[in-house]
Formats: sequence, C-alpha cells, structure tokens
Amino acid sequence: METVQNFPAISILLCLFAGIISSGLKRKAARWVNILLVVAVAFLSIYTLGYVLATGASYVYVMGKFPAPWGNEIRVGALEAFTAFFFCVIMLLSLEGGRKKLADELEEGKTYLYYVLSDLLLSSLLALVYTNDLFTAYVFVEINTIAACGLIMIRQNGRTIKASARYMIMSLLGSGLLLLGICMLYDLTGHLLMGNIREQVGILSVTGEYHIPLLVTIALMSVGLAIKSALFPFHGWLTDAYGYSTVSSAAILSSLVSKGYIFLLIKIIYRVIGTEVFNESKIINILFVFGLMGMIFGSLSAIRENDVRRMISFSSVAQIGYIYMGIGMGTKAGMEASVFHILSHAATKSLLFIAAIGLTDVSGGSRKFIDLTGAAFRNKWAGVAFTVGSLSMVGVPMFSGFVSKLLFAQAAVQNEIKMLPALIVLGISTILNAIYFMKTVIRIYTPVEDLKYESITFKNMRMYAVTLVLFIILNVFLGVSSQPVVDLIGQGLAMFS
Amino acid sequence: MSKLKPQKEYEKTVAFHFFRWLSGQKDPYLGEVEMLPQKEREIPKATILERMTEKQMIRDKVFDVENNKGIRAFRKVYVVSAILFCIILTGLLLYTVSYLPRTGNYANPDNNVVSQRYIEKGLQETGALNIVSGMILTYRAFDTFGETNVLFIATCCVMILLMVDDAILKKQEVKNDRRFEPKNDMILQGTAFALCPIIFIFGIYVILNGHLSPGGGFSGGAILGAGLILYVSAFGFKKTQKFFNEHIYKVAKITALCMYGIIGSYFYITGANGVDNHIPLGLPGHILSGGIILPIDICVGLEVACTMYAFYALFRRGGL
Repeated sequence: METVQNFPAISILLCLFAGIISSGLKRKAARWVNILLVVAVAFLSIYTLGYVLATGASYVYVMGKFPAPWGNEIRVGALEAFTAFFFCVIMLLSLEGGRKKLADELEEGKTYLYYVLSDLLLSSLLALVYTNDLFTAYVFVEINTIAACGLIMIRQNGRTIKASARYMIMSLLGSGLLLLGICMLYDLTGHLLMGNIREQVGILSVTGEYHIPLLVTIALMSVGLAIKSALFPFHGWLTDAYGYSTVSSAAILSSLVSKGYIFLLIKIIYRVIGTEVFNESKIINILFVFGLMGMIFGSLSAIRENDVRRMISFSSVAQIGYIYMGIGMGTKAGMEASVFHILSHAATKSLLFIAAIGLTDVSGGSRKFIDLTGAAFRNKWAGVAFTVGSLSMVGVPMFSGFVSKLLFAQAAVQNEIKMLPALIVLGISTILNAIYFMKTVIRIYTPVEDLKYESITFKNMRMYAVTLVLFIILNVFLGVSSQPVVDLIGQGLAMFS
Repeated sequence: MSKLKPQKEYEKTVAFHFFRWLSGQKDPYLGEVEMLPQKEREIPKATILERMTEKQMIRDKVFDVENNKGIRAFRKVYVVSAILFCIILTGLLLYTVSYLPRTGNYANPDNNVVSQRYIEKGLQETGALNIVSGMILTYRAFDTFGETNVLFIATCCVMILLMVDDAILKKQEVKNDRRFEPKNDMILQGTAFALCPIIFIFGIYVILNGHLSPGGGFSGGAILGAGLILYVSAFGFKKTQKFFNEHIYKVAKITALCMYGIIGSYFYITGANGVDNHIPLGLPGHILSGGIILPIDICVGLEVACTMYAFYALFRRGGL
C-alpha cells in the first residue's frame, strides 16, 4: 500500500488529536493549532485527490487488521477527497472572517473551547465524508451534533441558549430516526459495512422479501437526515441557530454541518440502498416535493424578514430545498447538480454571512434594514462581497449560483414527469430570490445624508477584507470554470457505485 | 412611698407623656409636625393609553395563553396534532416490527459470517475472553475511539454552559461556603469512609479485568466516577481538590485520550498497511493478555471517570 492512501485516515485522526490537545492549551495556541490543522488536512486531501485521479479508481482503507464485514473501513474516491478539501477551505475562511467577532463575543476563558469544538467538528465531517461503515457514520453524527450545539451556544445570551436547545432537540430527533433506520437495516441484512449491506439489499429487492421494513428503513434514514439538514417542514430550528450565533458558527453550520448530512444521505443512497432501490421507493418523490416546497416557502419567509441575518438564514432553507429537489429527481444529472449546489451554496452562504456581519458592524450593530441603509459605502469591501454573494444566489452568470441553476434546469429537462414542476418552481424561486436579495443590495447602496455611523477603512480590517476577496475568488472560480468541477463530480459519483 | 403629685404637676412629667402615648390618647405628631394633605395621584390619559397598547402588544406577541385566543387555539391544535403524530409514528413502527425477522431464529439475516467469526475466532484473534470487549476494542476499535470522543466533546459543551470564572467562584465560596458543601455530616462521612476505598478498588478491578470478565473501561470508569462523587459529597471540594483539581483533571483526560489515540492509530495504520504490529496477545485468561484491549480499557476508564466527576462538579458549583 502506498503512503498516500493513509492520508484520509491520518487526517481524521489528526483532527481528533488536535481537538484533544487543544483542550489543554491557551487561547492563542489553540487558534494556531486549529489553523495549522485545517491547512494540513486541506493539503493531505488535495494530495489524496491527485492520487485517486491518477489511478482512476477508489480504494478501501481498513482501519485495523480486520477486513470488510468485521472491522471498520473508510473509503476514498475522487468526490470524497474533493469534498474534504473544499470543506477545509470553507472552514478556514469562515473562521478567519469571523475572528474579530470571536474575540468580541466569546468569554476569554472559553475561547479555546471554540477551537476544540471546531477541530472535532472537522474530524466528524471528514469521517462522514470518508466512512464506509454505517455505524461509524452514526458515531460521528453524534460528535457533529454536539459540536454544532456547542458552536451555537458558546456566544452566551438568551437567544442562543434557546436556539441551541431547539437545535439539540430537533437534531437528536433526526439522529434517533437515523439510528432506528440503521438498527432495522442491520436486522434485515446482518451487516454494518456499506458494501455488504448493498449486496444484501440488492438480493432482498430481487426476492421481494421484507419489502415493508426496507421501505420504512429508507424513509426513516431519509427523514432523519432531512431533519438534521433543515429540509423545509423541519426547518424550525434553523433561523434562530444561524441568526443569533456568532458569525463563524453561522457560516460553518450553514455551509458545512448541514452539507455533511446531505453528503451522508447521498452516500447512503448510492452505497447502502442503491440508486435503483431508492428510485423505486416512493420516498424519493416525497423528498422532491418537500424540496420544491422549501424553495418557495423559504424564500417567502425570507422576503417577510426584517433582520438581515435571519433573512440569509431563511434563504438557506430555500437552497437546501434546491439540493433535495435535485436528489429527488432520481437521475444522475440531478444528483450532479445537487452535489454542485452543495459546493456552490457552501461557498456563497458563508460569504453572505461574513459580509453581512461587516455591514451590520458599521450600522451600530443593528441588523434592521432601516439601519443598514448606505452600509456598503461605510464598509466598501463587505458591500462588494455581499453584492457578489447576492448575485450568485440569484443566479447571475459568472457566479457559482448560475451554474447550479443551469445544472438543475438541465437535469429537470431530462426527467419527463418531474420536468414541469421543477422548472416552474425553479423560475418562481429565482424571482423570489431576486426580490429579497436585490432589495438588500439596493438598500445598502442607497446613500444617506446624515452620517450617523462611522466608516471603516481597509487598514482596520486587513484579514477580514482578504478573506472576503478569497471568498469572492472562490465563488467566481466555481462560476467561470465550472466544467472541471462538474466533470470531477461526475467521475466521483461514478466511483461511488 | 412617694407623695402623690397634683394633677397639673403630674402632667409635666415624662411618665405622663409616655403613658398617654402608650394608651393612644394623643398622637405626638398630630398638630405638632407640619403635614401636607395627600394628593390624588394623577395619571395623564396619554400614559394610560400607551400602557394599554403596550399590554395589548405583549399579549399579542408573547405566549399569553390565558388572554390570547389565537394562541390558545394554536396550542390545542399543536397538542392534538403532536399526539396524533406520535400515535401514527408508533403505529407505523410497530407495524414494521411485525414484519421484521423473529428474534432467535437460526435463519435470520443477522446470524451470518460476521457474528460467526466474532464468536468462533474472537478469542484466538483478540486474546480476550470477553467477546464484547474484543469486538468493540479490536474489531471495531475506530468506532469506540469516536464514542470516547463523544464523551470528551460533551464535557466541553457542559463547560461552555456552566463553567464559572475561577475568581468569581472563590469569592462566592468565601461568602457562602455552606451553599456548596454539606459540611461534617457524620453519617455521610462515615459511610463514605468505609465505602469509597471499596468502590475505587472495585472500579479498578472492573477496568483491569475488562478483557476477562464482563465490564471494561466504560463500566469501570462509571464506578470510579461514582466513587469520586460520593467522596466529594461527603468531604467537600477542598479536600477533593488536594488530589483531583482542574489541572490534574486536564492532565488525566488529555493523557488518557492521547494514549488511546496513539495506540489506536498505531493499530489502524499498521493493520491497514499489512504490517505486523508486534502487539503480543498473551495467554488468554491471564491479566496481561488481550493485546491492545487492556491499555485502551485503562484509558477509557480514566476518561469516563473524569467525565462523570466533571459533570457532577460543573453542575454543582460551576468548576472543578
């Protein structure tokens, strides 16, 4: 076995070690450990990606001496390695963009715990991305849930405590349903490793044995992960959790945590249930319909909102709806579009959160639209970044959101039955997106006469501005040179099965 | 006997004034001190209106169940639909369970090569008499490492919520020492004096025999933690801190987890690369056997004991 093949396992273990060691460090040391860790994992992942692309095949890595049905395994393909790399980039940028806020809003004696949580969160995300074992996935889902709760409530005020309590209850419900699903699947197949379950499920679907429990299992797992990733009717916890937590947490939660669960769902569809069995079940239509409803109702709630952070949060509901719509189409093109939208939304939503905090900071800390008038003149960098994020969300060419919408439309055209509703809702949702994002952009670029609030210059926010520029570059990169990324996703999905 | 004073002279004495005040015949202030008549308090009409609208707004916005009809109706619908939903979900799950394979059948899907190898070759491959320990700490060691980290991260979150700054804690302690500690409770102290050593020794026994008999790191650690909690309730935090304070807690926790991580990583990576890991399995049944199970059990036991104690201390006084 070559040394490169060890890298995914090493990066998961490195994250766990970093979290453990950080719990004994002071604030600054923990911060540096975190930065070094994320950079190191990004490099390891990109190196792995290069190796996988060079060999053209995925490989299985046994965690220990014991192979497939007995021991733990992780599995590395092009899509996994790329997602791990992408998650690292977003995490680094999100933490860097909110660094000043972290210092302001967190108790000084507890800041090191923030880095412990983010190290462990990264480890769980990597494990969700790489795992080939359903039970390992569940264990790291637990870590992910607790870490996310901690990230919400570490900024201690009433609202975040309430938000994290709600998040915890809903998220535990999701975990519980997922665990029930795993238990039943184990009862039906006798395995926990993904490949083995897939074989057994294939046999069961041919013989027609245990048809009802299998259907319920698929439903439980899909709904459990849908609750955790805030699909439309289960999104009640989302706005408070994203709207009031410290900005880095909001960016990480919206762009990484919920995406990790969706990635796990895609992995379960491909590697555990099998696409054919999943497409035959009616669950896929339910996900499709919920996705469509989310696209419209999320946007409608966002239009009514008078708080910019909560507006962006509601927009997340709509975007998660897009992803589930793509999954619900049940075609390869739809899945590709969904995976691309995972990346594009992660890049855009964290940019929007980080930019919004720059705008509210120069408006006396108020998030009301009336106070944000002219904010883009007071903080020019954040204004430009927010505009780029909005344009990307609306789907203007040159930005990443356009490509994902194009892919969704293409996928819809290939699907006879679901074409009409998908295209109509896509159109309506785009218009609604434009209404609330453009409203905000016009608002922040409306000049004001009386200069109530002070402006901020580049000198006072060097790192913040650099982060925003990097985010914008990432966004434009995904929008302009999307074809290699789409090809990579297609290749990765082909490696899945 | 003193002579009776005439009435006029008596009226000038202190005693006369005192007794007159005592019997309440005359208020000493009335007529002596200048007093203003009490005015009727006037509230401007605008304020009354403002207050009424504010109250109405609060009633509309806040969940005032008594006065807000909409919310009351919503509550009712909410409760009814929640109950209905739970019943439907329960029914659905029960219905599904009736289709699952019956427990204990030989031909069940879960009675396959996986459990067969765990049972038949477990002793030979892991060196542990306790199959469960062998399974969770050797075959599926990575999951258990994750599970241990769940405990670790849970403590971190409780710390975020409940940890109080050291300086504030000390101040409070001086102010109100008794709030935290029932001091010198003879019965409790006597019992703890007798029980604590036994509990500690039993916990250590369970941990060290994890690969030989039922038990292991998680259960043994819980016993140790319970012993620590009993000790701290009987003798107070000051005495406990002499051998278990925040510093020692951190060192123990980090050492245990890191040791587990290092042993685990060595095991995973050598195993995956097909290299012999040179971990002797020992003679089954001996205390020094079972390969990586014994050291991992010790680490897990330490971590679990630390977690239990930390939860208790954080909930009780906001610090270790």
